[in-house]
Amino acid sequence: MAYKKRYDGRDFDETRKVEAKVGVVPRADGSASFSFGDTKAIAAVYGPRPLHPQFMQNSQRGILRCNYDMMSFSVTERKKPGPARRSQEISHVTAKALEPVVMLSAFPNTVVDVFITITQADAGTRTAGINAASLALAHAGIPMSDLVGSVSVGKIGNSICVDLTKAEEDYEEDGEKMATDIPVAFTLRGKKLSLLQLDGKIRKDELVKALEVGQKACEKIYDIQKKALMAVKAH
Amino acid sequence: MKAEEQKETKTRRLVVPGEVIASGSNFLPGEGARREGNDVTATRFGILELEDRLVKVVALSGTYLPRKGNVVIGSVSEITFNGWVMDINSPYSSFLPIIECKGFVSKRDDLSLIYNYGDMVIAQVIGVKSKGVDLSTKERGFDKLEDGLVITINSNKVPRVIGKQGSMVNLIKEYTGCEIVVGQNGVIWIKGESIDAELVAREAINFIDKNSLVEGLTEKVKVFLEKKTSEKEKK
Repeated sequence: MAYKKRYDGRDFDETRKVEAKVGVVPRADGSASFSFGDTKAIAAVYGPRPLHPQFMQNSQRGILRCNYDMMSFSVTERKKPGPARRSQEISHVTAKALEPVVMLSAFPNTVVDVFITITQADAGTRTAGINAASLALAHAGIPMSDLVGSVSVGKIGNSICVDLTKAEEDYEEDGEKMATDIPVAFTLRGKKLSLLQLDGKIRKDELVKALEVGQKACEKIYDIQKKALMAVKAH
Repeated sequence: MKAEEQKETKTRRLVVPGEVIASGSNFLPGEGARREGNDVTATRFGILELEDRLVKVVALSGTYLPRKGNVVIGSVSEITFNGWVMDINSPYSSFLPIIECKGFVSKRDDLSLIYNYGDMVIAQVIGVKSKGVDLSTKERGFDKLEDGLVITINSNKVPRVIGKQGSMVNLIKEYTGCEIVVGQNGVIWIKGESIDAELVAREAINFIDKNSLVEGLTEKVKVFLEKKTSEKEKK
């Protein structure tokens, strides 16, 4: 029994309903919310601001610090609040995904803080977080060479899908897990890959195809991000 | 309706980071822009401005970066043995040494009697170094603020509040009879004969802050101030 039709009736290369809004946190220097269907992320950016402790400072350029966290009510089983192994890893990969585009050489010894909060989770939270963070950084007036778009692609059964839901991630055939989850992020105009993680099994040619599909989906996200930024006009 | 549509097209074009804003080797990238191969792309979120061959992006947001000669309004955040550490809403700490203070101050004097914690001071930026900013209050017009109203706006809007050759701020001064000092860091001091006059001036500045992208803003502010002052006379 192969996965021929998606649970929610989407096309295989179609994302869930994407919504983006800029300027959602009034006290932050820049902020944005981004959602893929039931996955909702809010990002707030503060800075550039002085960095302490001093030994973390870089005298050549400012540093980017990301903090990803899920609200305890965002998942069906209550998540224990506070940093965990998983959220630390995601904070790290988010920073790595955004670093290629932020240009902080004009702000030595400072830090730009990005706080990503997941208010509702239905798989693909890190990708929604990266999209929100990219918007929030632009809103905060941080010099950037490009925007970053991110989406999860995956193989369910034998089909390559875009933007998996939790139900799809848990897809099984004959009691065996048959879903592969690949979060990717692309710089949108440069079309450079800045995040690639893989959970599951996939053949090389399928991975290449998945990346192509993911990049196309990211391009659509770019249009939405741009529209969201155009809608704010002023801080 | 048609007139409104025309106005819409008149408002300047907004660009997002990474967007191609000019093509060809004819153009020179200015502030907020950079050259990438044959194209000039935006590095900030802001308004596109073309001046002959120079392409630049006027940022809408971002923290204040001090420049030599800027007039700023800061608050005392720390008193050291030889001066004051000031908070001027910038990523770097700023320092006002006692030799740059108005009048003669001996090191043995109690510095908190001159500028105490939390005091607002109008100062001039006399130097920008990698570790911080040096301030001075030696020249005329720079000193502690004894009374009045202090408001903070986004520092990127300061040129709009001042206007061409100070036209905008002079307009507000004329209508409200307030003394106004606009710090380049977005901190504005208003001192009027009555609190009502100060509040009108504050409203006008907030109006400019909100409508900073509108063309012909000076005229609109004039109408706004006329309405406000006539309301006051009725009372």
